[in-house]
Amino acid sequence: MSVVPPAYYVGLSAILFAIGAVGVLVRRNPLVIFMSIELMLNAANLAFVAFGRTHGAADGQVIVFFVMTVAAAEVAVGLAIIVAIFRARFRINVDDLALMRW
Amino acid sequence: MEWIVFGVVAVTAIVMAVGLIVRPNPLHGALFLVGNLFCVAVLFLMLRAEFLALAQVIVYAGAIMVLFMFAIMLLIPGRAEAGPDPLARARRLALPLAAVLGLMIILVAGRTGGPAPGEPPGGVGAIGRLLFTDYLFPFEVTSLLLLAALVGALTLAKRRTSP
Repeated sequence: MSVVPPAYYVGLSAILFAIGAVGVLVRRNPLVIFMSIELMLNAANLAFVAFGRTHGAADGQVIVFFVMTVAAAEVAVGLAIIVAIFRARFRINVDDLALMRW
Repeated sequence: MEWIVFGVVAVTAIVMAVGLIVRPNPLHGALFLVGNLFCVAVLFLMLRAEFLALAQVIVYAGAIMVLFMFAIMLLIPGRAEAGPDPLARARRLALPLAAVLGLMIILVAGRTGGPAPGEPPGGVGAIGRLLFTDYLFPFEVTSLLLLAALVGALTLAKRRTSP
């Protein structure tokens, strides 16, 4: 039986989510922003599993499984976009990318 | 005993997350993120989600982070954030805003989260049974999503030869 109540896991996931949000807002390198988004997704996964443990149901774990799949697809497409932008402009800074075409 | 493990792993996870957003070199950030993912895998184990802990290490720390490493090494790290920052004043608001966000999540989630941990859900068998009964349609849609991501990444990465 778990001694640590799931509420502590949810608190930790909130802290990790907030740190990821700071990374998205502060950094200018799209790769670091992307990794911060992964951190936020991961924090949400931790909250899902903790809530699933609270209710004694496996549904939370199934949803985390889907989140992992979507994250993998998102990383593949996002990194392809970043590499394509870098190839076209030789510079990666999100504040310069104000147009949808170049 | 479990409190000690939780405390050590939680502090390590937070330190790794801060390292990710503080270090200027994205390669160091990627390594910090791998450490954070391992810490969360340990927390999954403590929550009796063994399958997810394994999937976390294999899919996230294995496959996704290797993809990140490739992209970072392809794009010359450490040169992107030089020069004056046009949004410096707006960025100073990021820390208080994120602190408010974290407090809000803790307040709301702390109210809904029950104090007593229920029975541990039945492991890999229960997940598989749910995946192929209640969640069958999302499971099938996932395959379509992965196919779309595959085609999209290939199309974006292809060099345009002649117009």
